[in-house]
Order: sequence, then C-alpha cells, then structure tokens
Amino acid sequence: MSLVVAKNLEKTYRLGDILVTAIRDVNFTIEPASFVSFVGPSGSGKSTLLNMIGCLDPPTMGSLRVAGRDIVRMDRQQAARFRGEHIGFVFQDFNLIPILTVFENVEYPLLMVQNWPAPARKKRVGELLEAVGMGDQGNKYPRQISGGQKQRVAVARALVTNAGLVLADEPTANLDGETANRIIHLMKKMRDAFNTTFVFSTHDPKIMRDAEIVFTLEDGKLLKRRNDEGGAHG
Amino acid sequence: MVNVIKIAARNLRRYQRRTLLTSALIALGVVAVLLFISITGSFKQMMVGQITDAMIGHLQVHRNGYLAAIDNLPLNRNLNRKQVAKVKQILGETAEIESFSMRIKLGAMFSNFTETTNIRLNTVIPEQEVKTVPLLIDRIIQGEKEESLLKKGQILIPELLAKGMKVNVGDSIVLVANNKDGSVNGQTFTVSGVLEGITGPGGRDGMIHLDDARQLLRINDVEVSEIAIRLKNMGDLPGVFSGLKAALESIRDKNDRPVFELHTWEKLSPFYNIAKMIDLMTLFIKIMLVAVVLVSITNVMIMAVYERINEIGTIAAIGTLPRRIMALFVVEGFLLGVVGTAVGTVISLISIAAINAAGLTFDFGRQSNLVLAPTIGAGDVITIVLIVIGIAVAASVQPAFKAARMDPITALRHV
Repeated sequence: MSLVVAKNLEKTYRLGDILVTAIRDVNFTIEPASFVSFVGPSGSGKSTLLNMIGCLDPPTMGSLRVAGRDIVRMDRQQAARFRGEHIGFVFQDFNLIPILTVFENVEYPLLMVQNWPAPARKKRVGELLEAVGMGDQGNKYPRQISGGQKQRVAVARALVTNAGLVLADEPTANLDGETANRIIHLMKKMRDAFNTTFVFSTHDPKIMRDAEIVFTLEDGKLLKRRNDEGGAHG
Repeated sequence: MVNVIKIAARNLRRYQRRTLLTSALIALGVVAVLLFISITGSFKQMMVGQITDAMIGHLQVHRNGYLAAIDNLPLNRNLNRKQVAKVKQILGETAEIESFSMRIKLGAMFSNFTETTNIRLNTVIPEQEVKTVPLLIDRIIQGEKEESLLKKGQILIPELLAKGMKVNVGDSIVLVANNKDGSVNGQTFTVSGVLEGITGPGGRDGMIHLDDARQLLRINDVEVSEIAIRLKNMGDLPGVFSGLKAALESIRDKNDRPVFELHTWEKLSPFYNIAKMIDLMTLFIKIMLVAVVLVSITNVMIMAVYERINEIGTIAAIGTLPRRIMALFVVEGFLLGVVGTAVGTVISLISIAAINAAGLTFDFGRQSNLVLAPTIGAGDVITIVLIVIGIAVAASVQPAFKAARMDPITALRHV
C-alpha cells in the first residue's frame, strides 16, 4: 500500500481580492521507505505540497491519503494527533527549542505528544542520538552546537516517534555544501535503518541528485517524476 | 502536567529580567494589600473592641422607639418589670450569649457645691456590667480599678467633667434629677474614679449603681432603659441577631406593634461608618491589586506568545495538541502568580512582625499612644493568594488561547 496517495490535488489561496492557485491538479504516490525530493524554483509549490502532506494545510480540492487515512477533512485536533503519530518534521531553520537541551529536544515529542514513560523515552532518545552521531552532545543547548549538528538533532527528533514519514522543507538551505551533503546522507542512512520515508524539498541540484525519486514542480504543476534509475515520467 | 510545569518554568527563566520585574510588581501589590489589610484590620478590630467591650456591648435591647429619642434619655420609654422578665427569659434561652447588663440611662444636674453642670449617667449593676463590657475597668484612669467597679453611693465621673469641675477622687458631689413624673430629687455621691472618655455613644457618660438611680428617680418597681448583651463569640453576631430579633419582634403590644427593638453595635456606634469605609478602602486596594496583576501578567504573556510564535509553530507542527500549548502558557502565568504571591506574602509577614516588634504608636481622636499591632488572619492571606493566582491564570488565558489557535504554517513563517 502506498504511503502517500494524492489525486487531483489543488490548493488555492486568497491574496486580497485575488485567488492564487499554488497547486494545480497534482497526482502522485509515494511508497514506504522511499527517499523522495520535490524540486523546483521558488514559488513552484514545493512547500505548499509538503504542508498539505504534513496535515498542516488542507487542499482546496482533490484527495490526499497518508498512511491509509484521508487527511483532507481532518479538524485541527485530529490533524495534530495524526502528525504526532505518523509524521516527523525537519525544518530549514532547525527549529529546536532553545530552552531545552539536545536530549530534551529529541525527547519532546515523546514527552508532550506521545506520553511515553520515562525509561522508554530515555532509551529511545539515546538510540536516536547515537544514530545521528550526537550521542555525546545530549546535555548541550542548541546555542552550543553548530548548524549541521542542529539539523542532526532535528532529524533525530523527527524520527524519535517511529514516524513512517519525515517531511523536510529545504533541510539544507542554511547549511554549507559539505554539511548539507552529510545531512542528506544521514537522512538516507536513517531511511535504511528505520524504514522511514523521507520527503524533502530543495532547489539545490547537488542535493536533488541524492534523491531516489524526484518530483519536479513548476507553477504548481507536477512536471515530471524521475526515479533513481533515471527514468522520467510526465 | 509535571512536564508542562517544567517547561513553563524554563520559559520563565529564559526571560529572567522580565520574570523578575513582573514577579516584583505582583509581590509589591501583595505586600501593599496584606499590609493595608493587617494595619487597618487591627485598627478596626481595636476600635470595635474598645467600643463593644468598654461601652456598648455587642447588642442592645430597648423598648421600641427608645433609640430614636435617646438624645433626651427618656425615662418614660423604659422597659417595665414584665418586659424585662420576658427579655431575660429570651436571653437566657440563647446559648451564644455570655452575659447581659441592665442599665437605666438618665440626665441629671451635677454639682460640686460651687458649680453646677449637666451630666449623662449610665446606671448599672456592676457585676453584670463588668461581665458584659470587660474593658470598662481599664477606662478608670483615676481611682481604684476594682472588680466591683463601684459601690452604692459612689460615682464614676467622665474625664472632661472631672477636669472642668476640678473634682477629684474622694470628693463629694450632688446629683439632681427629674423622674418621669417631673418631681425633682437630689442625692450625694462620692467620686470613686474618673472614666476615660472614648468615641461613641455613652463614651463620656458618668456611672452610678442602678439601685442609686432607682432611689434618685424614686422608682419602686423594676425599670430598665437598655439591656446590653455580650456574646461568647462576636462571629456569632449575625446569627444571634436574627434569632433574637425574631423572638423579640414576636412580642407585640395591643396595637400589634413590636414592644422591643434590638440593635447591633454597628447601628449604635458612629464608628461603624468608619469601619465600613475601611472595608471599602480595602476593597478598592484589592481591586487595584487585581488590575496590577491582570495588566502585568496579560502584558507579559502577550509578549511571551509574540516572541515565541515560531516556536509555537514548531511544537504545533510536531503534533502538540492545542490544549497542551494552551496549558504551557497558562501554567507560565500561574507560576508568575505563585512566585509573586509567595515573595509578597513572605515580605508582608516579615513586615508585619517588624511593625509589631517596633511597637509603633498612633493617636485616634482623644486617645493617644495606641500601639499599632497589625495582625493578619490566615483567611485573608489565603484569599489574597487565591485572588492573585486566579487572576494570573485568568490573565494568561487569552494569550494562551491565541497561541493554541495559531495556524502552524503562519507561525512557522514568522521571523
């Protein structure tokens, strides 16, 4: 069963008196444990699409199923619960909580979203920090670590709840080339280790090369799909 | 919930200066209110105590219409034997009553054999009077402060009269009075003491034995102008008042009008208005405290939400339920209230102890060197603590609600 199924997806915004169509008649599927990238220029609709998949923004038209659930008609509460259970997020600006240590940032979803008991939390957070190479940095605060390290912590936080899908909106935009590469390879490694689907947006050609499936967007339309074998589908 | 409290506490620590300032403002408000309540409260309690325990008693029973004419001290509105017996029976059946004292009040001419002036007299049965108004003995500023108060043939004269007429303890004086039939009679008395004057009705009256009054006024039967009542516990006043009022009002004359009237000290003493004003001022101070807490906490929480919009977007995106986000901010407000209240209460209690230790004195009316002894009841402290914490929580609700309702995408885009 596909993890994400989008059919005739459309998103329209109202900007004053003008209706702006951000996504037009988009259809795609994403399989479990895949490594997918949405690429395209600024304003092409990458972030809007990721927000819709992440239950943060409902589509105006069409159907969208994630992990077997129709997410189009979810209310705020249901959407929050669904995100907490099934989706992890990695943000461009890392978005770690500054008052919490690295350990506590990774622990946060287990503590405040999924209510895990303390021993299980400690074990799981320890595993994830080790997996992303931050095992010895748990007591540091976000201000005490580098950008690349912050994004590693963000990846650990996205994976800690056993989410089947991690959405990363321009995860390397604030990192230098080498660090960006490392983060993408870390995400791939995590996909292999945890069988988690990673979907990220980027406009960096070097990064998009690492994606196994690339969806190209332009003006809200899905132009083509390229598999890692090099095949492109219109 | 513990985790919410931990995170809220850390958020408060993140903005240390702001947290300190807001807590200090709340603490200052709490100190102002608790000190005001303790000082005015003890002042009020002392004055009420003086009035009830040294003069009026907690309640008084008169014949209906007596109080309206009390300035003339009308003898023709005294209670008769049958009426007195009825009141005594009702009072005897009321368990909350400690004691009662029967009095005849009259006006007379006072002569020191060279000068004559008028005097208002409170005539009492000393044993009853001392039980009913126990501080009366303390008002004797010259002469023996005896438990028996005074004997037959003796008079306690008011301080001003003693000074004005140059009368000392041991001097003989003459009282001349009209009885209710209009005939005049005179009687010699020995001054046994001088009574300190206090504010309120009867506070500058002289005092003689009830039996002497009956002789002076040629009263052959039982007659009483008023019956002062002391309760075991002043807190029972409202309940006892309504019970006695119902019992006394059920006794009617032939025209179906109540025979008796019953009043609390509040109705009898003008100080009650001052006491009411003190209560009103306390209320205003409490309202000001509420306003201070409300404005400062709302302001801080609005700022906290505004500064953390991006963070709210992050925690909302990763699945934190809106009610949990709301709880985070409400708990922050709650903690600010708790910290401010705790600090304010500790400072207040230390200040009250310091004022008591310093033994500050003040003057009130003609009384000087009254020692300021502020006290505060646990009830008042708990009330203020609950009000402040309640308002702190209430003030956080709107900003917290705003945070909980925030659209994650808009919040995440916020820089």
